[in-house]
Amino acid sequence: MALFYHVGRYSLLMYKTFSVPQRWKLYFKQTWKEIEKLGADSLPITLLISVFIGAIMTMQTQMNTENPLLPRYTTGLVTRDTLLLEFCSSILSLILAGKVGSNIASEIGTMRITEQIDALDIMGVNSANYLILPKITGFVVFIPVLVVFSMFSGLVGGYGVSLFTDLITPANYIYGIQYWFIPWYVYYSLIKSVVFAFIISSVASYYGYYAYGGALDVGKASTNAVVNSSILILLFNLVLTKLLLT
Amino acid sequence: MIELYGIQKSFDGRMVIKDIDAVFETGRTNLIIGQSGSGKTVLLKCVVGLLEPDAGDILYDGRSLTSMNKRERVQLRTEMGMLFQGSALFDSMTIEENVQFPLSLFSSLSPLEQEKRAHYCLDRVGLSDSHKLFPAEISGGMQKRAAIARAIALNPKYLFCDEPNSGLDPLTSITIDELISDITKEFNMTTVINTHDMNSVLTMGENILFIYQGEKTWEGGHEALYHSDNERLNEFVFASTLMKRT
Repeated sequence: MALFYHVGRYSLLMYKTFSVPQRWKLYFKQTWKEIEKLGADSLPITLLISVFIGAIMTMQTQMNTENPLLPRYTTGLVTRDTLLLEFCSSILSLILAGKVGSNIASEIGTMRITEQIDALDIMGVNSANYLILPKITGFVVFIPVLVVFSMFSGLVGGYGVSLFTDLITPANYIYGIQYWFIPWYVYYSLIKSVVFAFIISSVASYYGYYAYGGALDVGKASTNAVVNSSILILLFNLVLTKLLLT
Repeated sequence: MIELYGIQKSFDGRMVIKDIDAVFETGRTNLIIGQSGSGKTVLLKCVVGLLEPDAGDILYDGRSLTSMNKRERVQLRTEMGMLFQGSALFDSMTIEENVQFPLSLFSSLSPLEQEKRAHYCLDRVGLSDSHKLFPAEISGGMQKRAAIARAIALNPKYLFCDEPNSGLDPLTSITIDELISDITKEFNMTTVINTHDMNSVLTMGENILFIYQGEKTWEGGHEALYHSDNERLNEFVFASTLMKRT
């Protein structure tokens, strides 16, 4: 029953959120701020994690595929495809669910318990539309940029391994990441990331918007937002993979 | 003028507001008093439309709040100003931006005129030197004054204050009370204040509504308060040693 209650309340909140903004100028200003706060500010962590994951993935693939029957480009190819298919969309989104999701839930939750949302409602402002819509659009618009940066930096991380260790030669690695490249994998990753960005921002907004009580409850709302958006990301990852790749 | 007819509100089967009738007249400071948990805040939230009453009607100058559609409610809310217990200023905006916010949404003023109006409101509450500060950078009393400035920015017909003196020292409380009283007369507003501060009750209570366990048990002016034979009211009013001495 609790599931239906949450799904119903979430749907009603989204209905309220996706209405025409009262002032477009204010909406674009807010969206730009959110792009900066939720998107651009996530770029350093995205680059850092992607470089390291790319490097580690290259090392582990190379160390676990020391079979003379496997071609020398295997490591580059496996690294590239794993990054494109899974890491840069799904795993990165799970990481961002923690960073962005908790940020959104705690911000909106604090506004709720300090009556700032009530103040917006009293003024006649559609608080859900004013607070949530710019966050969803800002993050959904910017996540493809993060994913593309993640792809490149992951591959650069792998290249670093080929340059600074004797596990694999740079030539073999470069050949591997170019071999049998399927452009659809990039689109698949971008499509998934857009869906995940919507899940992260909307679920976190939902938990923040309906937070009540005190600081402890905002913390709980933030945790619920991260946990539930992560579960939904995993679930939709399965559904989207079935729909887009098979 | 605001008229309440048979207002009832329950939560989980427990009746919190029991059949309250009242009239809040224009140009007067109307006070709702009562112990903590007596239902004052719930009643105020019903009056402003943040909560829907289970039964009864609320008339704003003859216009029924309960039968208004969404557009009419938004219009009515532009005629309301509210001062929240914790001020509810938007953390991410400066004091000036807070006051300008309702103007940017609901007025046809140019940005320059909005700025002028915001400065006028801030000057009126004695915050002429704090325009560029953020809420976290000013004291609790200054935050309350800034919230009053925001509440009067659109020149509202109705002003609602929820515990305007909570957390303030006696001197600052008096300043806030005087400010609310002066503004009520100056702008000829219908002011409704939720309080249990006895100093406020005795200095500014032109029409006082005493609520006990969700029921209206007494109504009158502050002079009549001293001579009332209502047992519950006397218990509440003369609870403090200071009041007993007077």
